[in-house]
Order: sequence, then structure tokens, then C-alpha cells
Amino acid sequence: MTRKEKKALARILAAGALLIAVSIWKPEGYIALAAYLVPYAVVGWDVLWKAVRNIAHGQVFDENFLMALATVGALALGEYSEAVGVMLFYQVGELFQTHAVGQSRKSIAALMDIRPDTATVERDGAFVEADPEEVAVGDVIQVKPGEKVPLDGVVLTGTSTLDTAALTGESVPRRIAEGDEIVSGCVNLSGVLTIRVTKPFGESTVAKILELVENAASKKAQAENFITRFARVYTPAVVIGAVCLALIPPLFTGGWATWVHRALIFLVISCPCALVISIPLAFFGGIGGASRRGILVKGGNYLEKLAQVKVAVFDKTGTLTKGEFEVAAVHPAAGVTEDMLLESAALAEQYSTHPIAQSLLRAYGKAPDPARAADVSEVAGQGVTALVDGEKVAAGNRRLMQTQGLDAPEDGCAGTVVHVARAGQYMGHILIADGVKETTPAAIRELKERGIRTVMLTGDAQAVGDAVGKELGLDEVHGGLLPGDKVDRLEAILAQKDPKSALAYVGDGVNDAPVLSRADVGVAMGAMGSDAALEAADVVLMDDDLGKLVQAMDVARKCSRIVKENIVFALGVKGLFLILGAFGLASMWEAVFADVGVAVIAIINSGRMLRTK
Amino acid sequence: MKKSFKLVDLDCANCARKMEDAIKKLDGVNDATVSFLTQKMTVDADDGRFDDIMKQVVKCCKRVEPDCEIVLK
Repeated sequence: MTRKEKKALARILAAGALLIAVSIWKPEGYIALAAYLVPYAVVGWDVLWKAVRNIAHGQVFDENFLMALATVGALALGEYSEAVGVMLFYQVGELFQTHAVGQSRKSIAALMDIRPDTATVERDGAFVEADPEEVAVGDVIQVKPGEKVPLDGVVLTGTSTLDTAALTGESVPRRIAEGDEIVSGCVNLSGVLTIRVTKPFGESTVAKILELVENAASKKAQAENFITRFARVYTPAVVIGAVCLALIPPLFTGGWATWVHRALIFLVISCPCALVISIPLAFFGGIGGASRRGILVKGGNYLEKLAQVKVAVFDKTGTLTKGEFEVAAVHPAAGVTEDMLLESAALAEQYSTHPIAQSLLRAYGKAPDPARAADVSEVAGQGVTALVDGEKVAAGNRRLMQTQGLDAPEDGCAGTVVHVARAGQYMGHILIADGVKETTPAAIRELKERGIRTVMLTGDAQAVGDAVGKELGLDEVHGGLLPGDKVDRLEAILAQKDPKSALAYVGDGVNDAPVLSRADVGVAMGAMGSDAALEAADVVLMDDDLGKLVQAMDVARKCSRIVKENIVFALGVKGLFLILGAFGLASMWEAVFADVGVAVIAIINSGRMLRTK
Repeated sequence: MKKSFKLVDLDCANCARKMEDAIKKLDGVNDATVSFLTQKMTVDADDGRFDDIMKQVVKCCKRVEPDCEIVLK
């Protein structure tokens, strides 16, 4: 508890004790009024003071004023204990709200505690502590085990493992060595690292993430805007209702005191606080909780949209697949072993820098002996030929085989096929494909379990796309798309879908910015260190794991459920008590209980957003 | 130009909403947000008159919520 809260608590306790004392004493007449005024003043003087001051500033529908009016009205009607009690409970509610919100705010701040406090920078040959903001590009900094990496840079010396959990939510440590890029916000676990800084603090990953999350509060969800609009009219409407209730019925029935008393009950329930606090709190908690898992959501509006997603559109390369070529299968011809086939291909391709050649060499697994290959020549658009161990080897596509006078079989497989011939004999073919990431199949399955239609857009040939689509069980695959076509195709999908649902596009954020911005929710993944992705997307997944998308949707859905619960609950209870109050079925005590209780319950409900495992 | 400011003693969410409403109506202010949760205010206003506008904003906040103070850096 803060000092302010302790003071408020002390006042509440003192006033409570006084109220009990006065109720036992039971004084009569003016003495009673004077006696009840003591606890009333103890607990409510600030409310009265603020009411007067705010009226002077032209703030009529101020909650302090309304509470003051309600309780002074009750005093005037001779309901002394009720007046004190209502003020007392109002203050209890206020105290509880401040405390609960303060706690939530603290835990969100803790979630986002990735800001480094100091950097150890080299100055004149010695390492000194400095403010990260004072470190310039090109400076050398040192990071000891257990410390946070304060700025982005390149490792000069040292090897270590990094805990990236604060950024990615991923608990498996990442290895890092000389020459690697390092991002701020990670925690150095084992060795001492020296790093050359490549970005000023303001542009470092940490600063960008913090800025992003803090700004997220300014992009409001529809539900928040609804509450804002509602709050604007709710208080005046209830007050006008109270005035009508106090003035109109007594004209016909008389009984002024009864109707004024009922009107005062209206005033007690007129503050929209329960909603005004709890709804933004739910979104804020959702954004904070998501960022802890390595999911950056740029605004409450996107979190809300994410909960409505019914169609997920993916880019293929780098999103569903690893984005690098791999040998997927080796099909030797009769009488040839897999090793022989792979070796011939690897030896012939060893000088090539083409990604396909690289993948062959990785699959070969050994360092190829340069002495075994000679006369290497690349045949543009077909492959390579070389003399391997004195025998002519050709590795490439079917056209290359035809120039060698061989007829290579057609392979229905998707991907790139490298045919190999040696000494005029066909040896077989090697299938090279861009492999699906290990995490992708589970993520797609979970999306489908949630009733989300999955669509893939790719620049690769339809056959290649179909193969991946089949492997993953995607609902639709659109292949052979140029970058411009992707936007058109997305437009078409947008037009088909149910207008109440939303569409998410997931890409790497590098060359699909137009598509990202066209989708209802643009999701970029693998954003650690990629500025383009941070800029272009609405939701940023910090690492390459598509499962994060499912987590993000779950957070979003939980958030939107809590928001709905709070709106329905708060409006329902308030509406109910307005009706009960108007018919004289609720006392002022019950009204203040309802009002404060609703606020507290709604805040606690929103607080659930913070407890994400 | 867009700038953000810290707020001290912003105690009630409804007041934050009222402050935001009032600031948005000021002349020269393009957009404003007052976040009760982060205790921060961002003001997007015309470049040339920013300091003048901020004076208006401070005045306006004093009127709506006298307890709350804007930390001008």
C-alpha cells in the first residue's frame, strides 16, 4: 500500500468506528445531526471539497459532486446514518479501485521490465558504467554474465548463451559467438562479451519494443471507444433521470421526501467508473501479457480484431517453411547407392554458391575434396558439369540430361529436382525442397481446431505450394503469385469472408508490407532485429514460431470475453438498481454496495488478463 | 509533432477520459490520449505553436482535474 492509500484506510477505519459509536449512542434531534457530521466529515471532506472546487471549474457531472449531492440530500432528509454509510462505502470502493489498479499497473510494468539501466562502455581503454543513451554507435561495450545486453551490436569477442525470454518468451537459451549480431534486452548467461554498438539506444530493439507497447494504449479498441461514448452520456442521463424522478411523480402523488430519496439513489449509481477502468485495464493487461510471451500487439484495436479472426492467410517461404533449401529425398537409379549419388552431385557442385548447391553440400555432410573435381562449368539455367575422379558428371535439370543424351524420368514431386549423370549413365535424382518448420504443423492444426480457415499465398509454382498445403492440411493454396498479385488475391479473400469476422495475414514483414497493411490484422514473424517487420505489422511475433500466433489469438479471445463480461455485468447491475431504485425497492445502502461492488468485481475480472502463464 | 508527458496523481479513470476529451477540443490539437493505466499523456499538435498549445493543455487539465499534474520536460 502506498502512503496515500494508508491514509485513506485510516480515515475509513476512524469514520467507521465513529459511526458505530454514534449508532450505539442514539442521540436525538440536532445533537444527532451534529454527532453524525463528525464521521461524515472525517471520511468525506475531500469529496465535498473537490465537489465545490470542480463546480467552480464548471464540471457539473463530476462524481465527487454527485456523491456530495446524494449524501447531503440524505442528511437533509434526516437519513443521517445512511448518508455517512454511503460516503464510507464510496471511499472504501475508491480505495480498493486505486489499490487494485495500482497493483495491475505494477505487474504490467514488471512484465515489461526489459529496459537496461546501465551500459559498461570502453572509454580510454577502461570500462566504465554509463547511461545506455550516452553510448554512441561504434563504441565498444562489455556485458558480463547475468547482465542485460543494453544496446544492439555485433559481438567482437567472447562466446556465450543468451536468455531471450524477455523478448521472445522462448526459454531455450540461444548460443552466440564472435561476429554474431546481438539484440538488446537479452540476458547474457555464461561468458563475458564485448560488443561493438551498431545502433543508438533510441533505435535499439529494447527502445523500439517499449515505445511500441506504451503507444499501444493510444490505439483504442472499439469496445473502449464505446465505453468512452457511453460514459459521456451515461452520467448526464442518470442525473436528468434523478431530477425527473424527484420532481415529476410528486406533482401527482405527493410524498416529496420519498421521491427525492429515490432520486438520490440514482446519483449514487451514476458514475461509470466500473467500465471506464476495467475495459482499458483488460486490453492493457492483454497487451502486457502478450508482450511477455514475445508477441507485440500494437494496440487494443488489433487485440480486439485478433479475437475475431476467422481466416488466416500465410506467406509460404520463411513463414510456414524454413525459407532455406534442404535435400528432401534422394532417389538413386538401379544399382546406385544414395551415397554415391549424393557424393557425385556434391563434388560437381562444390564451387557453386547457389542455394541448391549449398543444400547438396550440407546433405553430403563432409568437406568435398577439391582435388577430385576439375573442369567445372556452369550451364546457365540447367546446372553444372564437371570431371569428377576423371569421369564426366552432370548435375542439373532434365534439359541438362537431354543435352547429355539421357532421358530423365518425370518426377511428380514438388520442389526442385537435381538429376545426376555420371560417365554417360543416369544415376538418379535428388529432391530439394524448402522444408516446413517443425512448429508449423502443430500451429496449423490448432488454428483449425479453433475454426479458422487457413490459406497460403506463394510466389512459387502451384505444384510446390500444393505439396506444402497438403502436408499441412491447409484449406486453400494460391501459387504462382507475383508480389502485386498477393494484394489482389487478399482483396478477393477479404471480399468473400463474413464481414463480421477478421482476416489475419502472416508474413515475414520484409517484402510483403502492402499485404500486411491491407489485412485486418497484419502479423509479422521472426522480428528479432528486423526493423521492417516491426514497422509494417500490427502484431509482431518476436521469433519464428508460428505457435505464437495461436497464443496471441488465445490471449485476444480471453481479453474480448472478459471485456464482454464486464460490459454486460456492469450495465446489467446498474440498470437493475436504477429500476429498483425508481420503484423504491432498493435503499441507498444497497445502491452504493452495487456500484462499488460492480467496479471491484469488474477490475478483478480484468486483472485475470495479467495472470497469463 | 507528437510528444508524451508523464502525469502525477492521476487518480480516476473517468477524469482521465474527461481530460482527454477536453484536450482534444483545444485549438491546434490534432489528437490526444490520456492513459490512466500508464499515467501518460500524448499530445499531437501543430509544430510551430507546440509550446503555446501545451500551456493551454496544462490550463485545461487544471480546470478538469486540479489534482493531476503534468510533468513538462
